[in-house]
Amino acid sequence: MAKLKLAIYWSASCGGCDVAILDIKEKILQVAEIADIVFWPIALDFKRHHVEAMEDKSIDVCLFNGAVRTSEQEEMAELLRAKTKTMVAFGSCAHLGGIPGLSNFSNRAQAFERAYVEAQSCDNPDKVFPQTITNVAEGELELPEWWDTVKALNQVVDVEYYIPGCPPTVPIISQVVDALAAGQLPPVGTVFGSDKALCEECPRTKGEKKIDKIYRPHEIIPDPEKCFLEQGIICMGPATRGGCDAQCIKANMPCRGCFGPTPGVTDQGAKMVSAVASILGLENEKDLPAERVEELMDQIKDPAGTFYRFALPTAMINRKRM
Amino acid sequence: MKRIVIDPFTRLEGHGRIDIFLDDDGNVANAYLRVPEFRGFEKFCEGRPVEELPRITPRICGVCPSAHHMASAKAVDAVFHVDPPSAAKKVRELYYSAHMCHSHIAHFYALAAPDFVLGPTADPAERNLLGLIAKVGLETGTEVIKHRAYAQDIQAVIGGKATHSVCGLPGGVSKAVTEDERRDFEEKSKSMVEFGKLSLKIFDDVVLKNKEYVDLVVSDMYTMKSYYMGLVDASNKVNFYEGDVRVVDSDGKEFAKFKPANYLDYVAEHVEPWTYLKFPFLKSIGWKGLVEGKDSGVYRVAPLARLNAADGMATPLAQAEYERMYQTLGGRPVHHTLAMHWARLIETQYAAERMVELCQDPEITDPNVRTIPTATPDEGVGIIEAPRGTLIHHYQTDEHGMTKKVNLIVATGNNNAAMCMSIKKVAQALIQKGKEATEGMLNMIEMAYRAYDPCIACATHSLPGQLPLEVVIYDAKGKEVKRLSQYLS
Repeated sequence: MAKLKLAIYWSASCGGCDVAILDIKEKILQVAEIADIVFWPIALDFKRHHVEAMEDKSIDVCLFNGAVRTSEQEEMAELLRAKTKTMVAFGSCAHLGGIPGLSNFSNRAQAFERAYVEAQSCDNPDKVFPQTITNVAEGELELPEWWDTVKALNQVVDVEYYIPGCPPTVPIISQVVDALAAGQLPPVGTVFGSDKALCEECPRTKGEKKIDKIYRPHEIIPDPEKCFLEQGIICMGPATRGGCDAQCIKANMPCRGCFGPTPGVTDQGAKMVSAVASILGLENEKDLPAERVEELMDQIKDPAGTFYRFALPTAMINRKRM
Repeated sequence: MKRIVIDPFTRLEGHGRIDIFLDDDGNVANAYLRVPEFRGFEKFCEGRPVEELPRITPRICGVCPSAHHMASAKAVDAVFHVDPPSAAKKVRELYYSAHMCHSHIAHFYALAAPDFVLGPTADPAERNLLGLIAKVGLETGTEVIKHRAYAQDIQAVIGGKATHSVCGLPGGVSKAVTEDERRDFEEKSKSMVEFGKLSLKIFDDVVLKNKEYVDLVVSDMYTMKSYYMGLVDASNKVNFYEGDVRVVDSDGKEFAKFKPANYLDYVAEHVEPWTYLKFPFLKSIGWKGLVEGKDSGVYRVAPLARLNAADGMATPLAQAEYERMYQTLGGRPVHHTLAMHWARLIETQYAAERMVELCQDPEITDPNVRTIPTATPDEGVGIIEAPRGTLIHHYQTDEHGMTKKVNLIVATGNNNAAMCMSIKKVAQALIQKGKEATEGMLNMIEMAYRAYDPCIACATHSLPGQLPLEVVIYDAKGKEVKRLSQYLS
């Protein structure tokens, strides 16, 4: 079999996805066996103009991590899409928008005001903001423009596969490498990971217990053997795709949903609302006085920022209106 | 006027770059290091429950997420006025010392060492980790990979995941260390101490025994006088996790020493329109622009600055090496930017020794690792030493602990002004009228900022790794007249 041509790119991301690729250790040698990496900004000095010079569809697979927030990032996504047969959204940000997607609760003007003027340590009485073009004594300096809204990769270009996780786990990356090596890719649109909810693989015991009090993680010491939700701690397990090996839960912290919605569900937050309603015994809402329902739900602090922690840009309502 | 654009960071065009302007005589008029990315965390953390910030802010940087995780955990402790149990603090420090080892090892071997082992002007195709392994031997290379992995493993066991850990929350850590884990950590830590010695020996053999390199380290172009900042313990020894922030002047005299909560009395930030990264400076001196010396508020952070700002190291092997460094380089403080590498290895030795101490502390397996907060939350500051320098997280909340304001001063930000100045200094020394810019010359400019190990992830999100360098020279009309790159002929 001819070697695959592989591209790896990062956009609005933290670099953790690239570290995750390095963390597959000796498996990286198998990658080198089956693929020639033709583009990987952290490791190889190939530049945008090299990609531009490639034939359309000449890259077999592109692993694209990071959300899309600047015109430059959108251009790169479009360029790589044109040159690539199989586009893979790698990690929570490309898949769902990720943590930077929480930016959609505000806009650029507010973010700049906060960081460059209002921040307690700022000494900026003239309200100087970074500019796309600045004329200095010696010439002109340019910065890329920052958008109001963060997008997931498939909101900019077509995507064939999704690798979830913040960052993706070593076993899942290995599974993808094996699938590529065998030339046996699943149906287009597949999200790697489990096809069940995280609760299905959670090692904690779960009864049918209803609760009436919600606790924040620092407020109680949870029993490490029992379901977080049944102890009153919000855990995104019921609304989140499994496949992560419950890493956070095994560290005695509740899930925050980085693997995205369960299969067949598009809106992770909506799914979580129904899961929480169920554990609070609110399915039969009509039996409860309205004030009681409100009182129970009010205990959940910041439901939007918790239920859509990693998936705001891809939610049904994906940004705050300004 | 001519313009040279250096695109040093591995990201594509536009992600972290240096513009060097030449005057009509062909000498360097000015240099601008620009960070063209902004992340907006200060804004979108508003409205979140503050105890969630230790799980949100590490996404600032996937390369040093544990630094943000710890600074954030300390800030939320302060917000809730809660003091974690002693064992929890020790578990955090153990986890964090492992992070320091991981980061420093990656930087030294993947980035810094190739310049010295293979030479600053060696063929770029060999001046990388693989070339280094070819030169120092596969056995050493294997040790490097093994010990970086040990450090990652310890973080993963304590933090759930090595990248974007989840263990830190107000009042402690989410789970205790078991006896089995402790034994494993102790073994790995002891091995790390030996590896720390090996690293210092390699530095000694390769750099210190080579007059050409020592001359380079102490040369004017890599020397800059500034203030230095770092966390110190009660005896003014370097501490990564906890203590007061100490600032010394360019003579090594204590200029300030303050509690994290009072940072705003000492540090302020200047904004320039041509970069997204702000310029912190010492408030009492003020922002005087990109100038060095005592009258300028510019200060430096990161390994050499930490050692300069302290009176010593808290562990024996690191202390001995600390003394040797200052004896060799003419006493404290050392202003030679390239000595940052030596300081980084001394810190790795300290982190490893500290890990052994913590693993042998009977309290490390104490199951009591949480204090439940009871006070009304309001405001708190968490400061730790990130691998790349002092890192500040400052949160304000309402009485329910919902975040109202977030202020962040990241390690690389503290060095922003100093990096700009260091680059300009080397560029001025090397790029001169009538001299052709060579690849070796470009690498020597690159070495000026590489010494700071700029965590561009915190600022632009590049990674420690091989940093290709591209220089484009334009004539006065903006026409490209020459393009040079290390990897492409």
